[in-house]
Amino acid sequence: MSQRAAFRRKQTLFRWVTVTAVLAFFVLPLLGMLDFTTKVRRGGRTLATWRTLSHVSEISTRYPALKEGFLASLGLCVITVVLMLALLVPTMTWVRLRLPGLSRTVEFICLLPLTVPAIVLVVGLVPVYAWVFYLFNESTLWLALAYVVLVLPYAYRALDAGLRAIDVKTLSEAARSLGASWFTVMWRIVLPNLRTAVLSASFLSVALVLGEFTIANLFSRRNLQVAMYQLGKSDAKISVAVGLVSLVFAFVVLFAMSFVGSGRGGRRARRAAAPAIPAASPAAAAAKES
Amino acid sequence: MTVASPNAARGVAVELIGLRRTYGTVNALDSFDLHLAPGEFVALLGPSGCGKTTALRCLAGLEDPDAGRITIGGRDVTALPTNKRDLGMVFQAYSLFPHMTARQNVEFGLEMRRQDKATRAKRAGDMLDLVGLSTQADRYAHQMSGGQQQRVALARALAISPQVLLLDEPLSALDAKVRTQLRDEIRRIQLEVGTTTLFVTHDQEEALAVADRVGVMRAGKLEQLAAPLELYARPASAFVADFIGLTNRLRGRATGDRAEILGGSVPLLPGSGSGDVEVLIRPEHIDVTPDADGNASVLSASFLGAHGRVTATTDAGEQVLVQVPSASLPDFSPGQRVRLTPRGDAALAVAL
Repeated sequence: MSQRAAFRRKQTLFRWVTVTAVLAFFVLPLLGMLDFTTKVRRGGRTLATWRTLSHVSEISTRYPALKEGFLASLGLCVITVVLMLALLVPTMTWVRLRLPGLSRTVEFICLLPLTVPAIVLVVGLVPVYAWVFYLFNESTLWLALAYVVLVLPYAYRALDAGLRAIDVKTLSEAARSLGASWFTVMWRIVLPNLRTAVLSASFLSVALVLGEFTIANLFSRRNLQVAMYQLGKSDAKISVAVGLVSLVFAFVVLFAMSFVGSGRGGRRARRAAAPAIPAASPAAAAAKES
Repeated sequence: MTVASPNAARGVAVELIGLRRTYGTVNALDSFDLHLAPGEFVALLGPSGCGKTTALRCLAGLEDPDAGRITIGGRDVTALPTNKRDLGMVFQAYSLFPHMTARQNVEFGLEMRRQDKATRAKRAGDMLDLVGLSTQADRYAHQMSGGQQQRVALARALAISPQVLLLDEPLSALDAKVRTQLRDEIRRIQLEVGTTTLFVTHDQEEALAVADRVGVMRAGKLEQLAAPLELYARPASAFVADFIGLTNRLRGRATGDRAEILGGSVPLLPGSGSGDVEVLIRPEHIDVTPDADGNASVLSASFLGAHGRVTATTDAGEQVLVQVPSASLPDFSPGQRVRLTPRGDAALAVAL
């Protein structure tokens, strides 16, 4: 008995050590950033940078590029998430219902972007975007098309896990037999049961789009990251402060996601009597989903 | 054709005509014909892969037949999608919508039919009452037992007053006791509402116990469609005789409408072969008596509750199962000589 208790104590200790190490890995750079933004050259501290940042009107007048990049990234998040969901949810459901033989192919295609470096993607996309910019306008929001490709692997994984957890075939057949149209099946039966998965996929996409730099920069479009980079050349402090805010925001989003996952959708997990392991860090949550 | 339901008038006739469905090289359905009388409860029975589920799914519109026609109440529905066919369906398991309560599940079909809230609530209450679950109305699927879930699924299927009720092995995921209980309840409810019902199962006891008629399927075809008693007593083919209940296969000689086996003579069913044959005879259609000069010796004797079973080997080397009353079981012990005689009930013989 005491042996088992000792083992359990050891296990708890190990868990805490791991969690602390992982947290330190993520938190230390953030602390460094915070330190940098509050430092005064000859010693002492100032909150001037943060004060500037907390005044929205001041930012938009003093750093118009930052405002432009922020709004562009926000728009890109929304468009990417909507496009991704509209593309993936019906496709994946349909493949599961009617074309199970294609599921490997679809998975392969969706995971492909993971293996393609962003720079290669850009080389491939240049002619496409040349036409898009020529035919329509030069809006940064067109980048959403490339971002949908970029988020495919993560979104696919998240949605796939959700679809696996429910018997889509039986549920949709039951709904069909009760008189539901395909649209009703998607809207009233499949989506509500995929709630958690859809949220995960969306959060992951948002986190990814907010942090995207390479593609935007190579296309000379200004999103949040590009704006921050450009700003860093003239006003490093404000740039790092914005970087810190966006990092913390992404962490919070991912952290929230792990709680959403264990909330309503956790009914199933609780029934399976799995011991609840607290989500150690946003990174762990992200790793779990991808 | 016997139809047991007093409410049969409410049901409609269903016809499946010349259905064909192939998967690659496998004929799941091969010129399959089935007619259900209004209000009739028909069970399709067969080994796995015989096409029984495909037949049901074709009727449901979840599977498109390659050829053939389906009519419900005289209306051709072959080209109609599932949601326009007006059916109620109960699946094997996990078909309740997990994000809805029992009541919401039952109301779903009514909502699809644009019934107002009050009507829906009343109907859902009535249906949950019918399946004895009115106290569980606000529970979610994961809060109910398998048997309760299937009851809700049945209530949901019947709430829309469908023209046809389809049951796709609804009991196979339940444990034995709940299975018998729910089986009888399904029959009671079906008789009460009088809906024409097609029931697919691989469990012969289930099929024989509840159905007006049972169809035995094999390789995409209907081998025999008859009332349970008829199916058991007068199987149309060796496959049916083998599949339904226990059967001995004994070599004998058939002349005219009788055959010689075990030193006795049995009348043969129509369709039997002649000459050298195998006679398919039920364990309860053979008598066994201790006899030192007998024609067989006991291999084993086992107690099965209400009756016992004696396994004997004839002098010709054939193994024979015989059903005996439990009380006479102590008369038999392994190695003992016995005399086996056919009782004289009609049996099927197949030519060798």
